[in-house]
Amino acid sequence: MSFFLNQMVIGIQLGSQYVLVALGLTLIFGILDISHFAHGHMYMIGAYLLYIVMVLGGVNYWLALVICMAALSIAGVVVERAVYRPLRGQPHINSFIAAIGLILVLETLVRGIQPDALRVPKPIDKNFSFLGINMEVQRLIVIVGAIVFIILLQVFIKRTRLGTAIEAMSQDREGAALVGINVNRMSALTFAIATALAAVAAVFMAPLAFVSPEMGSVLVLKAFVIVVIGGLGSMKGAILGGYLLGILEALAIAYISSAYKDVFAFGVLIIILAIWPTGIFGGRD
Amino acid sequence: MKKYGKWAFYLLLIVIVALIPLYLNRSKSGKYTIQVLTMAMIWAIATLSLNLILGYTGQASLAHGAFLGIGAYAFGIFVERVGINIWPALILASLITAFLGMLVGLPSLRTKGPYFAIVTLCFNVIVFKVFENWTWLSGGLRGQKVTMPSYLEARWARYYVVLGFLILAILIERQIVKSLLGSSFIAIRSNENLSEAVGINSFRTKLLSFTVSCFMVGLAGGLFAMEKGSLDYTITNYMYSFYLLIYLLIGGAATLAGPVVGTVGLYFLLDKIKGIGEWRYFIFGLILIVVIIYFPRGIVGGAKQFWEWAKKKYYRTGEVLE
Repeated sequence: MSFFLNQMVIGIQLGSQYVLVALGLTLIFGILDISHFAHGHMYMIGAYLLYIVMVLGGVNYWLALVICMAALSIAGVVVERAVYRPLRGQPHINSFIAAIGLILVLETLVRGIQPDALRVPKPIDKNFSFLGINMEVQRLIVIVGAIVFIILLQVFIKRTRLGTAIEAMSQDREGAALVGINVNRMSALTFAIATALAAVAAVFMAPLAFVSPEMGSVLVLKAFVIVVIGGLGSMKGAILGGYLLGILEALAIAYISSAYKDVFAFGVLIIILAIWPTGIFGGRD
Repeated sequence: MKKYGKWAFYLLLIVIVALIPLYLNRSKSGKYTIQVLTMAMIWAIATLSLNLILGYTGQASLAHGAFLGIGAYAFGIFVERVGINIWPALILASLITAFLGMLVGLPSLRTKGPYFAIVTLCFNVIVFKVFENWTWLSGGLRGQKVTMPSYLEARWARYYVVLGFLILAILIERQIVKSLLGSSFIAIRSNENLSEAVGINSFRTKLLSFTVSCFMVGLAGGLFAMEKGSLDYTITNYMYSFYLLIYLLIGGAATLAGPVVGTVGLYFLLDKIKGIGEWRYFIFGLILIVVIIYFPRGIVGGAKQFWEWAKKKYYRTGEVLE
């Protein structure tokens, strides 16, 4: 039983990371209709930035979190402005290909500068036990931190003027433009928020795993899986799907095989999309 | 007369390409260049196959890296473990790839646009993970050796074999595109709902395009195994799907010359700047972003556009002069 509970906690912790990345992606993919395949690589940049700020710069972990979020949101705006905005209104495949170009640029840039995988120390390097669950404090930080940021995002979207503008755009882009919402400004803002969320996920996860140039490539694919299954632009779907995938994956690692864990995740997607070609919750065509 | 001129041009091109090894075979670095050109032509066949499903039918398959690997491994296993002659093995490998392509196409082609790209990319990751972990199939880190008959040991011999298949692939793709089937492909790319309305069974047509495309990429995989002499699981990496996409887009999608020009040109160029190592993919990525923003039709598409523009301008000034 305690083994099962431990696996569940690990699953929720994996899921927290997926939710943070998938929420950003569902904002970009669902609202702006851009297949931002380089989102996972922005996450990777966030992890390296944490290494620079915290390990090389000696800054406190929590301050480093804020710095990384700020820096990555600026990077997100730059990417939107330089790469995706010139492609707006063109066939969907074009922004997708630009994203692949961005992946190559970011990954080779990082690998060219630092080819080895890096380790970031845990801010609180302790374990704790609770109801037979024994785990690192960092896992708890990931789980609680993700919940905090999910709530913050919900409050921002539902309770502030800018947030409701983003929600309006997700419902009807032409309508939003008609009532005077500045689409350019909103897409920059969406990218800023989404990339900041990726930075949060990276800062939380980096102490638990190696930091390497390709750490984001499978992650972004999983985030896409979550977004597609959860329904395009649906934040509820992304949250639910993210936790579900995390738990399923942890159980698959524990009870079936860790080498084939990605095979399960992506196999499930193919089966689901074969049955519901636009996702379970019926995204757009 | 004009038509004959065109054919004469193509014939001259083939003759020149066929003569290249005679010149290069004299020096050691020349022999290496033959090898690079052969590999570039193999990738060109793979890009031509992607052109069929992406360029003409408008479905962005990101599983072609996996199918290339499947074709290569099928060929290697037939030749090495089953012990079949290489020519039937090549056809069998292509057929197996086409069959698997059909099986993958059945569920995945029900999805559209970015969903199809994501599903096929997921399939590619699955194939990669299976090849990485199932060492009986892939030979693990040691890989799968592929021994060639003695008459294919010389580099120039393989060059001619690959050149022959490349010409064949171009001709087959040309026939498909010019036929009624090719028109249905393009109709689906332009507007799938409208093509349904005029009586095209879009799902079956897409499936046919995907299966033929997989047959071609399987052939390229078999030739890849023939040229390399050994295989390991990294050949199924989805980065190859990305590279094929890049070759196609930079060369020019939905043209016949584009995939060949883009692939051979870029592959050759990448080999020339091999000294800078990984950084060349940095440049690769930058070029890709610039090309897709400013020249979305690629080299050949852009050249065609320029040619049409120049012709129009020339004729118009001609009229004024009269």
